Parts: sequence; C-alpha cells; structure tokens
Amino acid sequence: MVDIRYPIGLMFTILGVLVTIFGFATISDSGLYQKSLGINVNIIMGITMLIFGLFMLFMAMRKKKKA
Amino acid sequence: MKVDMSWIDYSIMIIYFVFVLGIGWFLRKYMKNANAFLEAGRSIPAWVAGLAFISTNLGALEVMGMAGSGMKYGMLTTHFYWIGAIPAMIFLALFMMPFYYGSKARSVPEYLKLRYDEKTRALNAILFAVMTILASGISMYALAILLERILGWDFNLSLWVSAMIVLAYTYLGGLSSAIYNEVLQFFIIVIGLLPLVFLSLKDVGGWAGLKEGLAPIASSAGYAPDTFVTTWKYTAEASANPLGVEWFGILFGLGFVLSFGYWCTNFLIVQRAFAAESISAARKVPLIGALPKMFIPFLIIVPGIIAIVLMNDPGKGFTLPLDSAGKPVYDYTIIMLLKQYLPAGVLGLGITALLASFMSGMAGNVSAFNTVWTYDIYQSYIRKRTDNHEADDKHYLNVGRVATVVGVLLSIASAYIASKFGNIMDFLQTIFSMINAPLFAVIFLGMFWKRTTGHAAFTGLLLGFLVALTHHGLTAPVGANTLFKGGWLGVVHNYPVEMAQNFWTAIFAFTVAASVTVGLTLLTKQKKTEKELTGLVYSLTPRISDEHLPWHKRPAGLAVIVGVICIILSIIFW
Repeated sequence: MVDIRYPIGLMFTILGVLVTIFGFATISDSGLYQKSLGINVNIIMGITMLIFGLFMLFMAMRKKKKA
Repeated sequence: MKVDMSWIDYSIMIIYFVFVLGIGWFLRKYMKNANAFLEAGRSIPAWVAGLAFISTNLGALEVMGMAGSGMKYGMLTTHFYWIGAIPAMIFLALFMMPFYYGSKARSVPEYLKLRYDEKTRALNAILFAVMTILASGISMYALAILLERILGWDFNLSLWVSAMIVLAYTYLGGLSSAIYNEVLQFFIIVIGLLPLVFLSLKDVGGWAGLKEGLAPIASSAGYAPDTFVTTWKYTAEASANPLGVEWFGILFGLGFVLSFGYWCTNFLIVQRAFAAESISAARKVPLIGALPKMFIPFLIIVPGIIAIVLMNDPGKGFTLPLDSAGKPVYDYTIIMLLKQYLPAGVLGLGITALLASFMSGMAGNVSAFNTVWTYDIYQSYIRKRTDNHEADDKHYLNVGRVATVVGVLLSIASAYIASKFGNIMDFLQTIFSMINAPLFAVIFLGMFWKRTTGHAAFTGLLLGFLVALTHHGLTAPVGANTLFKGGWLGVVHNYPVEMAQNFWTAIFAFTVAASVTVGLTLLTKQKKTEKELTGLVYSLTPRISDEHLPWHKRPAGLAVIVGVICIILSIIFW
C-alpha cells in the first residue's frame, strides 16, 4: 500500500511554506504578535513544519530507493 | 469570548481537510473485501499502528479533559499516564498480544467466543457496540458546543461537517484510512499544541516561575505548597492531595484495574495492534505507542496547570467561561489558552489540532463499531458464512460499509440526545465505563488459567458489572447535587471527590468479577478441549522465540527502554 510518510511529508511541507511566508509577511506587525509575547511564532512553527515535512519525504524516498 | 479566525487560519484547516479526505480517496481502490476494509488486511507496519494506537485515544474528550484535570489536580493527573497507561501497555504488548493476535480473532468479542462461548461474546459485543456509539456522540457534542461558544460556528453545521468528513474517509478507505489518518492527526495535534505550551510556560516564568506561582494557591487550598507539581509525594493520605485518593487507590484502582481494563480490553484501542503486519509487529505496537505517550502530559496536562496560575493572576486577563451553575468550565482550558496566546497562523494550527483530535477519536469509534457489528453481531446471529467465501466477503464488505454509515448517523443522533439530556449521557457513559474492569478480570483469567470456564466468565462479567452499578448507586462524591453522580439507591458512603468514587467502583467490580469467575470455574466443567484452547491460553501455546534478534529489537528489550524512561519521569516529578 501507500507509504503514509508521503502525505504527511507533503502536508507539513505545504503548511510549513505557507506559515513561514505568512510569518515573514507579518514581521513588522507588532500588534499581531502582542499575544505571543512579541515572538513571531509563525516563522518558528513554519520552519519547524517545513523541516519535519521534508524529513518525512526524505525518509519515504530513501526507503523507496532501497526497495 | 469569541475568537476571530482569519483567512490564513481557515486555509490551514482546509489544507488539513484536503489531506484527510485525500488519504481516504487514495486508499479506496484497495478495499476489495471485508478483510481489507475491517482489518486493514493485517498489513500495517508497527510504527504506523503504534502511533495510531495512541492517536485514537487522543480524542477531543481526552485533550480537553486532561487539560481540565490538570487544572483541578495538577501533576497528579500524570498518574493516568505514568502509572496508568504505560504499565498496562507494556503488559498488553508482552503478555496479551501473543494470544490476541495469535488466535486470529478479528475482535475482542471474537476472542471471548473462541476462548469461552457464544453468550460471553454476545454480552460483550452488544455492550461494546452501544457504548462506542454513545462515546462518539458525546465527544461530537462536546466539540460542536465548544466551536459554537468559542468560535461562533453554527452547532449543526460543525456537527454535520466534521461527522461527514470522518464518514467519507472511513467509508472510502476503511480501517486503513482511519489508521493512516490517525498518524497524520497525531503529528498535527503535537505540532498544533506545541506553541501553546511554550508560550504559556514562558509567560508564567518557566517551570521555576510556575512552581512559585502555584505555591500560594496550593497553600490557600489547604495543601502543601508544591502539591500541584508533584505526583506521589502527597499520596500517603487521600486528604493531602486534590485527587482525593491515597497511594493504594492510585496504584490498584488506577494503575491496575482501570488502566489494564481500558488499555488491554478496549477493542477501539487494541484493534490498531490487530491490524499489524505480523505477530512481532503487533507486540511492538503498544510499546512504540508508549514512547510518545509518556510525553503527552507535557502537551495537554501542563497547560492546564499553567492555567491555574493564570486564573489567579488578574494581570493576565485569563478567564474560563462559566456554566449555568456559575462554575468555570475546566474542559475549555485548552481553547481559552489558544485564544490567549496564539496569533493568526499558529491559531489555525491549534484549532486544526483540536479538530484532528476529535476526528481521530471518532474514526476510532466508527471503525471499531463496524467491525464488531459485522463480525460479532451480523455474521454470528443474522447471516452466517456460506460455502461461497468469495461472495461472502463481498457481502460482508457491503455490510461493513453500511455499518459505517449507520454508525455515524447513530453517533449524530446521540450527539443531539446529549445536547438535550447531557446528564443522562454522562451517566450512561459512567455506567458503560464499568464494563472494562470485569472484562479485564475475565480475559486475564482466560489467558492465564486454562481451567476457566465459559459459564464462570459470563457470570463474572455480569455480576462484576452489577456490583459496579450498585456501588455507584450507594456512594456519592461530597457535594453531589444530582443523582447522576451516584447515590440513587441511597448514600451509604461519601467520597471526597468524584475521581475517588470512580477508582473504587472499578476496584469493586474487578474484585467481584475475578472472585466469581474463579469460584464458579471450580464448580463447573471445562467444555473446551486443550486442542481448542491452543493459541488462546498461556500454558497451551508455544513460546515465541526471538532469540535471534538483538535485544533492542525484541519486544522485551523495547519494554525495558519504555519502563526505564517512565520510571525516570516519575522520579523527576515525584
């Protein structure tokens, strides 16, 4: 059957890119980040998701090559 | 009170929905027979089933409820994990899985049929089917009412849309789709709640600041200053901790009876391991699940504890919505924290995490219900197998599909009943939770004592349940203002808190079920031959040899790793 790491990897890569871009676009919007104690959590979580997504894709592809 | 969501939050949610449905759509072509649809063809790798195993349990009620309990009981809530779930999961993996998986039973009720007899299966299958539908209805109601009150979404709309998404992907891809999505949902729950934990903890000044903030609150409630950040330290006496239970009640009631009853016999959970690709994968499933499970408290209990400090600091402006009696609704802790700390973007992730937790729980209920219905009720009592196995398989596949639709519709119906008569639903859920403890007694005796007879098991199961019911009728938590909390037969004993009552109900139910089963076994004749019991009972089943594997790849080795980490966590937060 299908390797579940592909959809997981793809979804988190897309979400990661989207949230990271949103984070950079709102980088000077201090009102928005007042809630999060002045931290731009979108950039942090966006990059985290991107790394996780790419890692999942990498693991899935590596396995496919072996097989 | 309302949280505003922006376009970015909705986009995140929609991307998640597309993937969830996409997985179901992609898997639909593999659903050729009943076995593929209801059992995932027994082909799921251990790590996937392991994450699904805990994800199913990480439903909306668990996420919301554990944060709420964190607020009420502090770190003592982690007993549900470190002394509750983990030892039970280790036991299931090492000692029970060989017989569950090895017996080729397709469900827990079917194991009861193989080990004991038809009536024991029937009793368990029917109770389980009803309980599963009720549980899924209650969590659906809880989610919809939360979305209505906090996000301002229409109750009916969110109820139907979320139910229809779950229906779509479980209908298309069966158990495989439920399991694959549970893995995806597990990751989104973790990632969605992570920023919440960090931001709220940072806001109260880290772990040290949290401890400092909790001290005066604990003192004014009459406990030692560090009560809310300890687990075992104040359990010498029931009155010294907010849980209202002493160490024996925790160890035996929660650690043994309640947890083993839940994790080792609840088909909803165990089904994930049944779907594993081999017996050694099946044995690893609960252990792989246990690794992340141990750290879930930091994600959903710790925010509740942080909320205690926030509530008591007017400067933070953190409040919980009140119920009709004017008491704060503890179960709304997580969503109110989401509202407090998360800006647009990560807010969408957080809300999606809540939706994902709801869906993983509900898909679990639905996929367990359709299997028990198809194999244990329909195939056993309505239309038995014929000689044409291929035609039968097609037929049962269709029955499974119809059961999926009917299961979802019945859950929606019970969600509406819950919205009208919330108390009755809670009461029914309390009652059904009483079937697990006696069930564990019966399955445990069946697996490890070959003499145990069907008549004895059936009677033990029934009497254990009736004793639990009677105990609930005769006792009540202090200050209970409704008979649904207990004491409907007249109160002979008061427990300090509801949790203590739950623990002792389970202890009584288990003890009676076990004694009755043992007693009657000695008085009745075993009708099953040793040959019939091979593979079902410990002493009659050949040991599985895994000597050729390196130690860390053997289930026992993995269990040691899990156990050691769990003990270290317990000591750190003693």
